[in-house]
Amino acid sequence: MATKYSISIQEFCKNYEVDEVFVTHCREAELVQIHSDAEEDYISEENLPTLEKMVRLYHDLGINLEGLEVIHHLLNRIETMEKELQTMKNRLRLYE
Amino acid sequence: MEFIDYYKVLELDKSASSADIKKAYRKLARKYHPDLNPNNKEAEVKFKQINEAHEVLSDPEKRKKYDEYGKDWQHAEEFEKAKAQQRQSRQYSGGDPFTYSSGGGGAEDFSDFFESMFGGGGFRSQRRQTGFRGQDFNAELQLNLTDAYKTHKQTLSVNQKNIRITIPAGIENGQTIKIKEHGGPGINGGPNGDLYITFSINNNTNFKREGANLYKTEEIELTTAVLGGEITTETFDGKVKLKVAPGTQNGQQVKLKGKGFPVYKKEGDFGDLFITYQVKLPKTLNDKQKALFEELKQENL
Repeated sequence: MATKYSISIQEFCKNYEVDEVFVTHCREAELVQIHSDAEEDYISEENLPTLEKMVRLYHDLGINLEGLEVIHHLLNRIETMEKELQTMKNRLRLYE
Repeated sequence: MEFIDYYKVLELDKSASSADIKKAYRKLARKYHPDLNPNNKEAEVKFKQINEAHEVLSDPEKRKKYDEYGKDWQHAEEFEKAKAQQRQSRQYSGGDPFTYSSGGGGAEDFSDFFESMFGGGGFRSQRRQTGFRGQDFNAELQLNLTDAYKTHKQTLSVNQKNIRITIPAGIENGQTIKIKEHGGPGINGGPNGDLYITFSINNNTNFKREGANLYKTEEIELTTAVLGGEITTETFDGKVKLKVAPGTQNGQQVKLKGKGFPVYKKEGDFGDLFITYQVKLPKTLNDKQKALFEELKQENL
């Protein structure tokens, strides 16, 4: 997919003051996808919001890497359940 | 503008140490952090409040100023009241003291109370300078069900900017669409945030809707139900004639294929319209009708 923005992991880490290990962990946990060229690793625009969210949770709330993984999965579950709930609510309108 | 009790916001008393403040802030932030409470406006406001309280109480200078000013607040408030009487009361002059002048803002917005005491942008953390992607904005848009029947364009005003969006036919109540890069501006060469619009659909029709299917109840005469006949019924896009089969039961449902609501993002595809017959039973009968019913009774009907 063609992306307008690609930010190097090095630049990302410098800007957010996080270690590159942090990004590696997020990649290994399959929270984000990182692509590479011959010289550097990059985060794409599509994956940027998730990685930035992880950094916020890490910095703001002091959540460790394992915790971030758990939160990511739970937030995905909440999102699915909220969609289901909305569908159910719309269906209930039939009986109002 | 009302006085804001920052100690109360962080559930502390005035003797709280800086360690207590940090602990209380962290505890509440873990509960109300916007990343943990997506689409929860209450949590978003609460998070702004605790951030603001933390901003003031964790900074010795601001805390000192706040504690001193707090004592004189009674007088300041009277002064404010007098001023307010001269002006017409502002839009959010009611209950909540946390009134924010800018809309759609981020977690780092401050209340008018804060800004009057410490000035705009008086925060010491420079975190807003970091990051790449601009902030996402959320908006809610109300539509009538009749408007959701056809794809149409609408102009919205988001943070003083007008944008024209296309609303595809068949959009669902509670559905959110993403308008790419219409959120806050990107930082350090990063992309803009996105604008998320959640639709709240008001049903201004007699139809019930579930997805692309529509439902309605149609009353029919007893004789039409028994003997069959033809009725005219309203569909979403006009009237149709409908044959009622002889022996139609009360509560029986018929399906009018393709007469439902448009299927979202599948142009030309429509759901079905389900009509439930409700047979009208006579409450009173004239003499002739009564005699005829008596006759039917003799026929074991």
